[in-house]
This record gives sequence, structure tokens and C-alpha cells, in this order.
Amino acid sequence: MDSSSLAAIWLTLKLATLVTILLLVVATPLAWWLANTRSRLKGPVGAVVALPLVLPPTVLGFYLLVVFGPHGFIGQAMGALNLHRLPFTFAGLVVASVIYSLPFVVQPLQNAFEAIGRRPLEAAASLRASPWDAFFSVAVPLARPGFVTAAILGFAHTVGEFGVVLMMGGNIPGKTQVLSVKIYDFVENGDYTQAHWLAGGMVCFCFVVLLLLYGGRKRGSWSR
Amino acid sequence: MQARFRLDYPGFTLDVDLTLPDKGITALFGPSGSGKTTVLRCVAGLEHAVGGYLSVGEHVLQDDARGLFLPTHKRPLGVVFQEASLFAHLSVRKNLEYGMKRAGNARGEGFEAMLDLMGIRALLERDPERLSGGERQRVAIARALLTRPRLLLMDEPLAALDVRRKREILPYLEALREELDIPVLYVSHAPDEVAGLADHLVLIDGGRVTASGPLVETLARLDLGPAFADDAGAVLETTLAAIEADGLARLEFPGGQLFVAARARLVGSRLRCRIHARDVSLALAAHGDSSILNVLPAQVVALAEAETPGHVLVQLRLVPDGPSDGPPDGPLLLARITERSRQALGIAPGLNVVAQVKSVALL
Repeated sequence: MDSSSLAAIWLTLKLATLVTILLLVVATPLAWWLANTRSRLKGPVGAVVALPLVLPPTVLGFYLLVVFGPHGFIGQAMGALNLHRLPFTFAGLVVASVIYSLPFVVQPLQNAFEAIGRRPLEAAASLRASPWDAFFSVAVPLARPGFVTAAILGFAHTVGEFGVVLMMGGNIPGKTQVLSVKIYDFVENGDYTQAHWLAGGMVCFCFVVLLLLYGGRKRGSWSR
Repeated sequence: MQARFRLDYPGFTLDVDLTLPDKGITALFGPSGSGKTTVLRCVAGLEHAVGGYLSVGEHVLQDDARGLFLPTHKRPLGVVFQEASLFAHLSVRKNLEYGMKRAGNARGEGFEAMLDLMGIRALLERDPERLSGGERQRVAIARALLTRPRLLLMDEPLAALDVRRKREILPYLEALREELDIPVLYVSHAPDEVAGLADHLVLIDGGRVTASGPLVETLARLDLGPAFADDAGAVLETTLAAIEADGLARLEFPGGQLFVAARARLVGSRLRCRIHARDVSLALAAHGDSSILNVLPAQVVALAEAETPGHVLVQLRLVPDGPSDGPPDGPLLLARITERSRQALGIAPGLNVVAQVKSVALL
């Protein structure tokens, strides 16, 4: 395997890890709100979060490019603040991936929080736990299977994306060239051997992830 | 304890104004959907009845007129829910400690005594999912009490249990009644539970309080309506005076005595009995030729139409020493007889009769 392949693997793992951590931070309050709110905004917000599930990644990538580009409103705001614009940078990849993988993390968490229901939190409140205390001491531990699923799906989905990263990140080796894009490169250049190494690795990786996910679920071993 | 709540839901209005004793068990009794659980949730602060007022002892927990509404976790009370709602991710011991730590009882005052009172010492290291329904409720009660609350709220704690589990947990609740020095608000729709446990009875129907008073007096009222229906009946507080040679126990109460099948209890212990109105028949004079053992002289106080068609409820006051001229002062009893018999016997307020008690339920 050549050094550019290794760089792509390393970049992909770095990206997926960072994105997973950011997603858990962003998605947890969002999922909690969606699970508990009686607001009329629940429907629209839920739909927006779910959009990346159905949109072609190129559509998402296109709009991210437009919004963050030199003529987009966020791009202009960042320019005015003397910040580096996001397209074709690693930071841009991170932002795009967080948005793209959001539903894969929000939905398992929302389901987990909904499955817990209000009762354990009411019990916690009656035992003098403040809402924050009850969230961390009761809701989070009880939603643990949801967190495991969410983290695995978020990570795996980020590793597997292609369209969005190509649009937002481009194909700069060592900087924004992730694994899936690298495979595309090899195939375009007719280097099937190298493509096999990476593609086969991906298949193995995804299989192991799913095995962990479904095997673990069957045994119900995540409840403690 | 003072509670005033008003809540409007589509098609249902809860409107209660209660003054309740600061000790003993108060039962909130009513059919499902009557609003009794909502009252409990308002007291717990899980529901906010805007404009409401709540005080326990001298502590005001809610007074919206002054902008005061303590959230649940700042209220000094314990809650036992219908299902035990133990935390599934914590052992029994950790469940008990959860509330203790947060309520400032980190040293575990009363911990050992509570384990014995609720009979849960052997369960400490178990996971909640490996407990029976009755065991879970006992742990939940202990967990609530270890926060040293000033008021204990119980929302149909037995409703989710089958008859055997209920019987298993009732002795613990009775023990609580003896041991507790805080008031308990007990929501139930089971007449037997209420008659057996409560000291004070609040009847709720359609979001309103239809009766409130000491249990013995309130159960002997004629105007409770369909809430008790076939279960109408008075409660007598008795003392087990003796167990006689033929195996019958003699129960004494101010105004008479009853004979019932003996159960293993200590002579001298207090026993509460319930006498269903349907198990009491009336005669104008005591006959020696009946197999009914418990025949009590009484005077008719009032009559009302019973929920059963063609029947009337008769409120009686037991007269200890047979007919007398002065006003009788024994306890009240209810009898349900047919309207036809009432007319045949000429039963009317003031008449002296004998009440024949066919069966007595020990509670």
C-alpha cells in the first residue's frame, strides 16, 4: 500500500473520530428536545434533521459549497472575520460530515430517550435530583444502548461518505482526500490492485461494525 | 395539609380544595379517570395547576398568588408510583442510595431499620429486573422514605400486582401505618385497600371532591353514590379480646362484640373489620332460632336508595345495651335490604331493630 493510501486511511479515521465526538455533543440535546418537546416545531425540526437521509449527497454538498463559499452568506461572514473559508479544507470536511451524518446519530438517541419515558425522570425528581442531575444520572445511563448505536452509525457513515466530501473537500491528498475518494481515484487510473486493498478493507471494516452492532443488540449486553 | 388545585383539560376540569390531617394515611378514592392521580401529581409538583396552593405542615410548597412553585426536586416528599420505577441501571442498594445522598441523608440514617421494616435486606445487591413486583414496590417505598420526606405520596402502589403479591405486600404497608410519623396520601380505586389502610377518606369523582372525612364515619355515609355501590359497608375498629375454645375469635368494640374465625394474631391486638351492607339483614327482634351468630341491637338512623334496583341502604347505630331511651352512641353500620322488606317491616328512622351480620371481613 503506498503512502497516499495510508494518508487517506489516517485522514478518514481522524475525520470520523472527530465527527463522531462532535455529533454526540450536538445530537444529544437535539434528540432530547425532539423526544420530550410538545412544541409545534418538532415536526419541521425532525424533518430537517432527517433530510440528509433522503437527499442525494451531491445536493447537500452543492449547497454547503454555495453557503460556505466566497459568495455564500456564511462564507462572506467568515471572510469578513478574516477566517479561512471552509471549502477544500479539513475543517470543511468536518462541518459537512457532521451535517450529513446528523440523522444517524439523532434518531437512535431520540428513540432511546423516548423508550425511557418520563417516569424514571419523575422518580429521580422525587428523589431530589435536579433536571441536569437526573439527565446525567438516569437518562444517559438508561439510554446507553442508544448512544452505542448512535456512535457506531455516526462513525461508520462518516467513513463511508463520498459525494459530500468530494463536493465540499475536493480531492487534496493528505488534506481532504479520504478513503472513498482515494478508491475512486485508483479506479479512474485503472489501478485495480490498490483499489482492491482499500475497498476490501472497507468491506471488512463495515462488516465488523455491523457484527458488533447486531451481535451486541441480540445479546442485550449493552444494558449494563 | 392544605391543597387547592384547578386544572382545565379538554373535556375535564379538576377542581379540588382539601384540608387534610397532618398524620395518618389519607386515601384519595375514586373511579379511574376521576382525577385522583392528577391531584397526587399536583402535590408532587409533577403537574403545575396554575393558581394553586399547597402547604404541608407549616411548609408552603406552592402559592401561585405569591409566585411560589417549588419544582419536584425541591419538595420534601417521597413518591411511590404504580409501577415501581426503580432505576434499571442501578442495583437495589444503589437505588436506595440515590435518594439518600441527594436528600442530605448521606450517612444513611434509618437505613438498617428500613431494610428490616420493608424486608429487603436480602435483595440489596440484586438488579431491579430480578425482583418480583411486590419486592420492587417494597424497595420503591424504602427508597422514597430514606429521603426522610415530610409527606409520602403513593399512586396505586398495589394496582399493578396480582392478588398473591398484594397479600405479600399488605402486611408491610400495615407496618408502615404503625411506624410512620408523616402523613401519607394514598391513591386507590380498590375499596378493600382503602378500608384496610386509610385513616381519612377523600372521595373524588369527575374532578371534584364528593366527600372528605375520617374513614370510619365517611364509609358509613349513605350519600357516597356509585363509588362503592356493591362494596358499600361500614368499618369497625375492634380489639381481639379472646380466642375461644371452639376456635372463634371474640372481637370487642365500643358498643358490642363480634365473633369471627380466628386468625393467628395476638390477643389484645387491634383489628379492623369491614362489614358489607349486603351482608347485613334486619329483624325487628332477636330470634334464638337463627344460625347467624353476630346479632347486634341497633337503631335506624337514616335510609337512602341503594345503587341496586329495588334495594335501600339503611344506616344504623349500634346500641350496646339494647333499646334505651337516651340517644345511642355506638358505631355506625350499613345494611342493604329490599324496599319490599323495608315496607313489610315498617323500617323508619328511630326504629329499634337487630342487625344480623352474615359475614365480617378482617382487614
